[in-house]
Amino acid sequence: MIPVAFDYLRPASVDEAVAALADGGEDAKVLAGGQSLIPVLRLRLSAPSLLVDLGGVAQLRGVREEGDALSIGAMTTHDEVASSPLVRRHAPLLAAMAATIGDRQVRHRGTLGGSLSHADPAADMPAAAAALEARYVLAGPSGRRVVSAADFAVDLFTTALADDEVLVEIQVPKMDGWGSHYEKFHRMVQAWAIVGVAAMVRRTDGVIESARVTLTNMGPTALRATAVEQALAGCAADRAAIEEACSVAAEGTSPIDDLTASAEYRRHLARVLAGRAVAAAAGV
Amino acid sequence: MTATDEREVGAARRRKEDARLITGRTRWTDNLTVPGLLHMAILRSPFASARIVSVDTSAALSRPNVVAAFSGADVADVQGSLPCAWPVTEDIVHPDRPPLAVDVIRHHGEAVAVVVARDRASAMDALEAIEVDYEPLTPVLDLEEALAEGSTLVHPDKGTNLSYTWVFDSAAAGTGADVGAVDAEVVLERRYVQQRLIPAFMEPRSVIVDPGAGDYTIWSSTQIPHILRVFYALLTGTPEHKIRVIAPDVGGGFGGKLHVTPEELITFMAARRIGRPVKYTETRSETMLAGHHGRDMIQDVRLTARRDGTVTGISVKLIANMGAYLGLVGPGTPILGAFMYNGIYKFAAYRFECTGVFTNTTLTDPYRGAGRPEATYLIERVMDELAVELGLDPIEVRRRNWIKKEEFPFTTVAGLVYDSGDYDAATDKALALLGYDELRKEQELRRASGDPVQLGIGTSTYTEMCGLAPSRILGALRYAAGGWETASVRVLPTGKVEVVTGVSPHGQGHETAWSQIVADELGVAFDDVEVLHGDTRTSHKGLDTYGSRSLAVGGIALVEACRKVRDKARTVAAHMLECSPDDLEFTGGAFRVRGTPDAAKTVADAAFAVFAAHDLPDGIEPTLDADATFDPETFSFPHGTHLCAVEVDTQTGHVAIRKYVAVDDVGKVINPTIVEGQVHGGVAQGIAQALHEEAVYDESGTLVTGSFVEYTPPAAADLPDIVTDRTETPATTHPLGVKGVGEAGTIASTPAVVNAIVDALRPYGVRDVPMPCTPERVWRAIRAVGTETEGGRS
Repeated sequence: MIPVAFDYLRPASVDEAVAALADGGEDAKVLAGGQSLIPVLRLRLSAPSLLVDLGGVAQLRGVREEGDALSIGAMTTHDEVASSPLVRRHAPLLAAMAATIGDRQVRHRGTLGGSLSHADPAADMPAAAAALEARYVLAGPSGRRVVSAADFAVDLFTTALADDEVLVEIQVPKMDGWGSHYEKFHRMVQAWAIVGVAAMVRRTDGVIESARVTLTNMGPTALRATAVEQALAGCAADRAAIEEACSVAAEGTSPIDDLTASAEYRRHLARVLAGRAVAAAAGV
Repeated sequence: MTATDEREVGAARRRKEDARLITGRTRWTDNLTVPGLLHMAILRSPFASARIVSVDTSAALSRPNVVAAFSGADVADVQGSLPCAWPVTEDIVHPDRPPLAVDVIRHHGEAVAVVVARDRASAMDALEAIEVDYEPLTPVLDLEEALAEGSTLVHPDKGTNLSYTWVFDSAAAGTGADVGAVDAEVVLERRYVQQRLIPAFMEPRSVIVDPGAGDYTIWSSTQIPHILRVFYALLTGTPEHKIRVIAPDVGGGFGGKLHVTPEELITFMAARRIGRPVKYTETRSETMLAGHHGRDMIQDVRLTARRDGTVTGISVKLIANMGAYLGLVGPGTPILGAFMYNGIYKFAAYRFECTGVFTNTTLTDPYRGAGRPEATYLIERVMDELAVELGLDPIEVRRRNWIKKEEFPFTTVAGLVYDSGDYDAATDKALALLGYDELRKEQELRRASGDPVQLGIGTSTYTEMCGLAPSRILGALRYAAGGWETASVRVLPTGKVEVVTGVSPHGQGHETAWSQIVADELGVAFDDVEVLHGDTRTSHKGLDTYGSRSLAVGGIALVEACRKVRDKARTVAAHMLECSPDDLEFTGGAFRVRGTPDAAKTVADAAFAVFAAHDLPDGIEPTLDADATFDPETFSFPHGTHLCAVEVDTQTGHVAIRKYVAVDDVGKVINPTIVEGQVHGGVAQGIAQALHEEAVYDESGTLVTGSFVEYTPPAAADLPDIVTDRTETPATTHPLGVKGVGEAGTIASTPAVVNAIVDALRPYGVRDVPMPCTPERVWRAIRAVGTETEGGRS
């Protein structure tokens, strides 16, 4: 289909982008990789009057090392994240998750910042950001601010970004020494996750010292499975103990009931997949 | 000269059409333009059932670039009714089907009004300015509710939602016993549901109508340009010779373009009203919503057998969803399966009853296999059930019932004569390729150890009736047209050959296969043959492509035309060589004098001699052209054995196909690469029905699987490697020996996959999983049996 007509700007800097959004008002929309926005426009489910395309802002792209963290530009594509030696070394969870998104074309167009800003509950990257306790750098008319992953994700398709703000970069603490795994369950290889579970585990000998477990598509935003994390702390790194700890993975979740899967089935999957993700992250 | 000793038929030629098709550097309808072309967009109903109170197109007319806008009411007196060419019974209820809805909406997505503009974007924009006042009504969606007393009616004026009931009974037909009068030591009753599918061809449908000066040229992305031309003449009152229909390269169909569509008629009306060429190309959303759907039936089966595994009879009752109207061949689609529910087996008695029902849904019509996948699914599923009931291996119970090689030709209980086949050979080959015995051992080990990942093996030993179709049989089944096919072969002065075929390829590779046949028949090079198709000006007659008929019917016409040409060329060559035609033999691509092989003339030599015409034998026309039309005496019956091994994760319900083996017997093979491609594509679509695809309407009649996010055909990464092999038992009913392959993979594969899933879950008491077997459904099937006692076993 053909979208409703719109104006189009392709700024060369973050400041220009922010100014364009401020001028455009409520009906302006940021275009990143376009993997969610363009289909919505084509189906005429949305009709913004202005698109501000960030594709021309070179400073928004790429992975840099900054002390104890990686700084990933918001317009870095999923493919670049998946294949970045820095990400693979210091945040392998993020690289592994990026490699599961869509198909090759989608990964070459879709961006980390676009996915996080769109905040689709079925998207993988918010669960990675939550598990990594990433920090988000936002630029607006009055300057820049830094927001935690927990504060950035507000609700279904809703983030802390104001209409005139642009997500600039994501800062990911280096997680050397942690094992990690993303267990994604979907009907079709290229489809959204029905449920996904990201796990990061630090273990000493046979004991899990600390764990982070986050859930994709089990609520309006990516969720921290805090009950599981608590149960895993100090837990023996064996399959039975892990499965026991993960039996509470669906606690506090509110998954949707839709054509793809029922809420009941999603809760069941969360428990099974959490066990598998944690076991894999713990090297069990 | 280019004559060659090597046989083209049987060679794994790369397809000559692929370079242009794969790169898209070709003529798809939507790529074409003509001077003054306008673009049409269609407003479609958001409701499944509604009364149209009013449609106001005036605001759309004032939008930029808009040339015309009209609704069904504006054309009510000229638009007529779309055709159904297969009214299967005398008393069939056959409601009118206006291209544009006039006062009633009967399914979500029905066309309501159109805008014609100078560009497509303007036409789409202006749709939003059309004001329609609908009075929504309660839709009828459930098949059994639609048949119940007092149901809301899709067509109140008809007084019923029942379109027809069609019955076959072997006792009445004299082809077998009465199903009630055979041994019934074992009785199995099962219900299966064939979910609704959407033929997801790659190229959305597109049509251009150029009204010229009263002589219409129409390009359409259709499988049936010849049939479409006839219907354009009948429906619009335009003389047939003033209509030229062209199907340029067409990007897939799978039956989904075997239709005379509302859109083709609406575009025609727009072009005629405005007097300028108009193009309409649907969006993918429109394909999903308003292109016809396939399958959608409830199947109840009662199978009787003796305890030794001999099946004595089978009784099948179908309720088939017609949708809101009758499609071009919609009522006949389940009837194509009627002769196949006995499969490859020797049953004593058979009864079949099909009831066609109207609902407020998009109409159904053929989708790859059309009736035969449904039949094969049922019989192959229930044969597995019988095996379990009797404690027999599923292969063994089939072997005890199938027709043996030496019993061909065999008249089945459904009255068809199967000419040839070798079910033992195909099955033995498939079992070896799968490693059946080893997998059974592994299955036992996994069962014994309580492995959360269980292994299952599914069998499907299928046959199908292909090569549609003998015209007399079609007539007896009340189909409006025949089933013959035609070919013209013309040899140009320099020895190049043009072939005109009446079939209409949309991805099958006809140009390659036809070239191979001609190369052998006439002794010319593969590259010296040009195959022309799909344009009624060059190919004035034909019955187009569907039902695995192109090669099995059109290929025979081609061979016969080639042989007429060769006979003429022989006479000319004999004259040139100053010998009798009887002294010549055709070998190595040339006519050679017996005993003096160096004295030779090729077809090309004869062609130039004919072109010059200076010295031809008396009474010989100066031409090497010939036509042939072939009407098959019977169907062809490809068969095969497909085996599927799946791993089912019992914790999540996820199904992974571990190995898939397809051994097909499609008779003589012209091009093994094409055959393998057809099997791969067919198997992919059959797996898709088993695991992935389902068109779903919500309780308001809204199609909720309206895009490829919700309706999920598999991508390459979702499919297993497919091990293919063949046995070759040539058809005995015509000179080419071919049987057809276009639908085989789809027909065979669906039950193989579902049988494998159910086999994996037998220890859990599961005996069925409804299609598509999504992870949640598999998980629920395990849980349902785990928490209840198994009931209803008959």
